[in-house]
Amino acid sequence: MLTALAAVLLAVPAGSAGTTFLTATALAPGQPVQVAAVTGDYLYWSFTAAAGQQPELTAKVTLPRSADRSGPESWIVEVFDGLRRRQPCVAGDQSPVAAADATEVALGCKLRQVRSWAEPSDLDPLPGQYFVRLSSTELPEKDLGLPVQVELSLAAPTGDTGDDQGKLSAPLTQVNRPGAVVTDQPAPTASADPDDDSTFALPSFSSRWVWTASGGILAAVGGLVGFAWTRRRRRA
Amino acid sequence: MLFGASPARADDTGNPPKAELVLDVSGSMAAADIDGATRISVAKKAFGEVVDGLRETTQLGIRVLGAKYPNDDKKLGCTDTQQIVPVGPVDAQQAKDAIATLKPHGFTPIGLALRKAAEDLGEGGSARRIVLITDGEDTCTPPDPCEVARELAAQGTRLVIDTLGLTPDAKTRRQLVCISTATGGTYASASSEQELSGRVQQLVGRAALPPPVVPATVAGAGSCDKAPRLTPGVYGDREKIGEHRYYQVPMRRGQELRASVSVALDRPVDRDYGVLLKAVTDDGRELVRGLDAGSGRSDVESAGLRWTAADGNAVCLIVSNSFASATDAGAPGMPIELSVDTVAASHAPGAPGLGRGWLLLLVLTAAGLIAGILAGWLTRWWVATWREN
Repeated sequence: MLTALAAVLLAVPAGSAGTTFLTATALAPGQPVQVAAVTGDYLYWSFTAAAGQQPELTAKVTLPRSADRSGPESWIVEVFDGLRRRQPCVAGDQSPVAAADATEVALGCKLRQVRSWAEPSDLDPLPGQYFVRLSSTELPEKDLGLPVQVELSLAAPTGDTGDDQGKLSAPLTQVNRPGAVVTDQPAPTASADPDDDSTFALPSFSSRWVWTASGGILAAVGGLVGFAWTRRRRRA
Repeated sequence: MLFGASPARADDTGNPPKAELVLDVSGSMAAADIDGATRISVAKKAFGEVVDGLRETTQLGIRVLGAKYPNDDKKLGCTDTQQIVPVGPVDAQQAKDAIATLKPHGFTPIGLALRKAAEDLGEGGSARRIVLITDGEDTCTPPDPCEVARELAAQGTRLVIDTLGLTPDAKTRRQLVCISTATGGTYASASSEQELSGRVQQLVGRAALPPPVVPATVAGAGSCDKAPRLTPGVYGDREKIGEHRYYQVPMRRGQELRASVSVALDRPVDRDYGVLLKAVTDDGRELVRGLDAGSGRSDVESAGLRWTAADGNAVCLIVSNSFASATDAGAPGMPIELSVDTVAASHAPGAPGLGRGWLLLLVLTAAGLIAGILAGWLTRWWVATWREN
């Protein structure tokens, strides 16, 4: 009995959550976190994603006893990239409403596949840091501050893109140093040459290599077949 | 670096974060309504557990209010707040002894206690956190404790007030929510000893974790030419509703600017709102914008942008918002957090050298077939002409 209890206690993944973008707690794929919180809290986590991955979040909030609650609650899981730009969810129940008598509410958010490069003005998901914010957006004022239990897990299956669609010079990550204001007039900016990109480099391995090579083989076979068609058939 | 950094830079994270627990010991704490125990006894027990569970490095102080003055004179009662454990590494036994002697009576001067607690924590550039635990609303207004909280938060250095209501009524809850919202803290209610000690432990644990960066204080200007010039880093500022704040970022050719801004909702605001971050040239031409809008409850509203510099001119960042609030227009602005970074530009990819897909295979196979047939015809024709001659 005691060992069973201990096993249950040990199996519960302990975890924590930040309260701001700057203090967001790291989240890793396949390592669910469980956090005690209260209604009205804003919980922050961050994770990193690489090109080709399609991160998916699933969360479960165990609500306070319905006897203590007075109405429905709207919950939301939001994802922001390293520049705190909102990222849309392409699948998953991002903002469910829990009825007044519900005991728990399930949330989910699947992002678009992370690209290796995008135009600066695009909002495409890029390699780097992502932030998750879990909160309740609308709830009766008197239901604030009641205890809830939050479980969050991340899956990041890797698809196929590779760097063959361009490469970001640096991943989008949060700046982690205090700023400094410059007071002097700027020194004449030496017009730094933009990096010379003339060096030839083979694209890294991706399925395109397989497709192209197969195409070459098929073309060679096609050539042989075409050549054979034009031979005069020998009379048997 | 050719240009010097100004002394406006915030102290770095060398200072350990500090926290102070502020406990209400006013008369109402004598009510025995938490599982049959009095509120004060539950709070004492919870504090004992928290003190036992403290890490040695935690810099914690304890202040009480309404603990000494037993009579009815409001003027005297409303000055009744003392620090019983000074801010520093905590001696568990000493702290527990100090807590054990507390007897509930007196008024609830929350505003004054918060002000004193902020003084206890001092300046010093480190992260500061106050945990306020009370069972009833302030009985010494004015000053309104929420106004005090807003004033303390606006004093530059970062101060967060987390509030905990012990079986709070509607008025207390509203007041505590207001105090925590004004400083970016959290509000929780507790109706059992377990909830109370669990939450206090969580808050003290958060307070003991130094934040990764303390934003440098900066004051954005009203126009681009007067704007402060920012180097990469995180900055904190305040912006009034409807205000535009300008910042300049020196750029070099071939650099990419990355900027993001978060505006904190530190007061009740109308239902719909938005934040706009614009990058413009020094003569006001827009380069790119990042924006986000929302509605309902939220703690911050953020927007970000990327832009690649084609020349060496400085870029102006304009932060503006579309909030509306019934709060006094003369109040300090809403806190904003601006982060600026410059990295090497990313080059647009050329056409891919390799292909993919069934169409590619079909085209290549068809091309091979046609080439084979042509080659076969050519060979036949050539062999035929050679034989004739």
